[in-house]
Amino acid sequence: MDLNTTWFILVGVLFTGYAMLDGFDLGVGILHLFDKSDTNRRIHLNAIGPVWDGNEVWLVTGGGALFAAFPEVYATAFSGFYDAFMMLLCALIFRAVAIEFRSKEKFGWWRKGWDIAFTFGSVLSAFLIGVAMGNITWGIPLDKHHEFTGNFLTLIHPYSVFLGITTVALFAMHGNIYLILKTEGELQAKLRRWIKITIPIYVVCFLIFNFWTIYACPHIQQAIAGRIPVLVIVATLAVLAVGAIPREVHKGREGRAFIFSCAQMAFLMMLFGISVYPNMIFSNPDIANSLNIYNGSSTDKTLSFMFWVALIGVPIVLTYTACVYYIFRGKVKLTEESY
Amino acid sequence: MDVEILSRIQFAFTIAFHYIYPPISIGLGVQLVLMQAFWLKTRNPLYHNMARFWTRVFGLSFAIGVATGIVMEFEFGTNWATYSRFVGDVFGSPLAIEGIYAFFLESGFLAILLFGWDKVGPKTHFFATCMVCLGAHFSAIWILVANSWMQTPAGFHLAKKVKETADGVQHDFNADLGDIPYKVLEVPLPEGYILQEGDLTSIRAVVTDFWEMALNPSTLDRITHTVIGCWLTGAFLVVSISAFYLIKKRHVKFAQTSLKFGLAVGCIASLLQLVSADSTARGVADNQPVKLAAIEGLADSTTEAPLGIAGIVMWDKDDEGNIVGIKEYSFKIKGMLSILVDGDFLHPVEASKTMVKGLNDLPSDEFILERHPGATPEEIKKIRPEYWPNVPVVFQTYHLMIALGMGLIGISVLGVILWKTGHLFRTDIKWVRWFLWILVISVFMPQVANQAGWFTAEMGRQPWVVYEILKTSEGLSKAVVAGQVLSSLIMFAFVYLLLFLVFIYTLTKKIHHGPKDDESIEILPEKWRPIALKGGRHTSAGNDAEDQPDLSGKSSPGN
Repeated sequence: MDLNTTWFILVGVLFTGYAMLDGFDLGVGILHLFDKSDTNRRIHLNAIGPVWDGNEVWLVTGGGALFAAFPEVYATAFSGFYDAFMMLLCALIFRAVAIEFRSKEKFGWWRKGWDIAFTFGSVLSAFLIGVAMGNITWGIPLDKHHEFTGNFLTLIHPYSVFLGITTVALFAMHGNIYLILKTEGELQAKLRRWIKITIPIYVVCFLIFNFWTIYACPHIQQAIAGRIPVLVIVATLAVLAVGAIPREVHKGREGRAFIFSCAQMAFLMMLFGISVYPNMIFSNPDIANSLNIYNGSSTDKTLSFMFWVALIGVPIVLTYTACVYYIFRGKVKLTEESY
Repeated sequence: MDVEILSRIQFAFTIAFHYIYPPISIGLGVQLVLMQAFWLKTRNPLYHNMARFWTRVFGLSFAIGVATGIVMEFEFGTNWATYSRFVGDVFGSPLAIEGIYAFFLESGFLAILLFGWDKVGPKTHFFATCMVCLGAHFSAIWILVANSWMQTPAGFHLAKKVKETADGVQHDFNADLGDIPYKVLEVPLPEGYILQEGDLTSIRAVVTDFWEMALNPSTLDRITHTVIGCWLTGAFLVVSISAFYLIKKRHVKFAQTSLKFGLAVGCIASLLQLVSADSTARGVADNQPVKLAAIEGLADSTTEAPLGIAGIVMWDKDDEGNIVGIKEYSFKIKGMLSILVDGDFLHPVEASKTMVKGLNDLPSDEFILERHPGATPEEIKKIRPEYWPNVPVVFQTYHLMIALGMGLIGISVLGVILWKTGHLFRTDIKWVRWFLWILVISVFMPQVANQAGWFTAEMGRQPWVVYEILKTSEGLSKAVVAGQVLSSLIMFAFVYLLLFLVFIYTLTKKIHHGPKDDESIEILPEKWRPIALKGGRHTSAGNDAEDQPDLSGKSSPGN
């Protein structure tokens, strides 16, 4: 395996980490407004309180790694998706500060305002991330210098919008499972009722999306034609993992359900990687202008240096991230330090 | 307005706003480490009380710092895509390293710092505080590595990308080879190659030596200078709020001890900053002479170059409105700039003979001839101002920074003297109360100095984004139009204004609410209590009377 492929996988791992971890934060935000009780809303916020900031770092580091390893891809995607990324930034800012500020005042309007900011920030973030992924799968028009030649409306088409909706549904389910894990009593019972809605919505989206992709994206059909065996294995695992979620929730084993939910995200990202590899941004209609892991990458020198940087850094990060999650395990209790 | 000016405004605005908060996090982080260290050593609940209060302030600024920091990273790609393509091989690495080695460290242990009081023991908590503080410093270090490379690029060469087909023939990178498979090769260009129009589609900067890139000529000076600036920011935030409590006779014991922490760090840091500033300025003289001439408003090359203390610089324009030079009016010390640049303070007379180049000779004729071959001396003179930064602005921001720095030294040294002579807490004396009010206002000084310094550094580098290699105007995104940047700029202006108001409001509320005076042993979390009681008995006898814990639950009305 060459360095470029290794970095393709590493960047994928970072964004998968982001989806798994910030995914449940965003999911909590998506569900937030559905619960009217102030105490319950505080529990939502405190369920993610100690970890959301660290989870968001996966996005920042993913962006940094993309810049270092595939600068052309970074430049093309970020300048091409300008309006979408600006809206994403706005959504992320509001979501972040809403968590911090909401419980600083008791006024109804203050709390309600930040609650709305938190939910809308979360929904919009999840949706835009999905739309961006959808465009990368579907393809965007690039010129021969890899510059995006469309406009904002080019990015909004049924397929990308549908992946946006699917992402919102995915994170809502993921966040729902996480909340069941972190709560008890009446609130937990309520969340268990919700999961009976969030899981089916996601599963339906998941199925439609997969068939749509295979049916409507000829370049993906082509790419996967030579990779059928591995694709079938990963796809089967993904379907099994998705199928296991309702079973585990039904049996009251939320921990396992959460792990399966993370696992299916990982398998989905692997499917995504297998289907687009070696392209990173597919150019549609001018296929020849596509950015792949070779024409969009840094030099071997940077890739190999950064590989060692990541090899030393990432295990350390994983270790103390695990420690933090371990320290804050168990059900949420509102205390003096709580939001 | 066009994309260039809008993107410049957007970047300057978002970074200036962001840069209010990281210095608070870094500086307060140092304060928190010190307070917790004192608490662990003495088990005096007062220090614990202090650590808890200042942690709340820390958490507030940290949240906004994170939220606005993501913007900075995205903006390289969104607004400066051509720049990103050109420098990605060099510039991306420090940003990625910042993510892996700084942000994760900071945010991971932040959870324990903010929410871990009753989840972990005091030593683990102290460790987490140290890690958050360390992470914040790493973050500053790596971002300054990246930024310093833009100031004084090193450890790279320019390379042309070419396509090589299987038969060994090399094609232009932009050539359309259809379905023929090819490899991309990087052919190094000769040293001193000057970018031509259209080069940016196939030429980029490539790392030759990572450590030479990271430790480029300005990195260490700029890290030291900026980090000390951050320590001052944190220290004077503590000083300001504590002085306010003293004036209002609230939380007196708490405020007195906090004030000592702030003043001690503030005094040391402001004096160190003087040394660092001298070293930084000499680096600028060596590496970026145009910037030095701009910050001093020096028109003609001269020995015995004067150091301007304060004044005004204006453009000198000809009848057609073209810039031909500068007009400068200021109070100055003759020969001082030459002495400072020379750095030999023991032999001032010889040192003052050091030649300092002025803007009328900068950049050099050779430099301009390389970029404008065949220009006559008359034309060179006309072209030269194109390579100058905005001198009036750079001059003013620089002198503002220096004035504030000197002011901080004066205030903190005076503060320490008053503390040591026992006057500082005599709020019954009128002039002491006046001094405390000055301390309250002093919180703005490092903040404004940070901003002014940042603007000096960044505007002094113009028109270059990578010094003497790539112009800022060439680094823009090609896929972005002015309307897009304008709308995002309006969005940021609105969102940031709202954030700032909410920040000030909640901070004011926290200050008004104050520390809990009864936050003593009885209310400590269970895990911490036995140690606190044990420790309290051990150390209470040996303490200086001033440091006795205030267990009464009430504030004593001054000393």
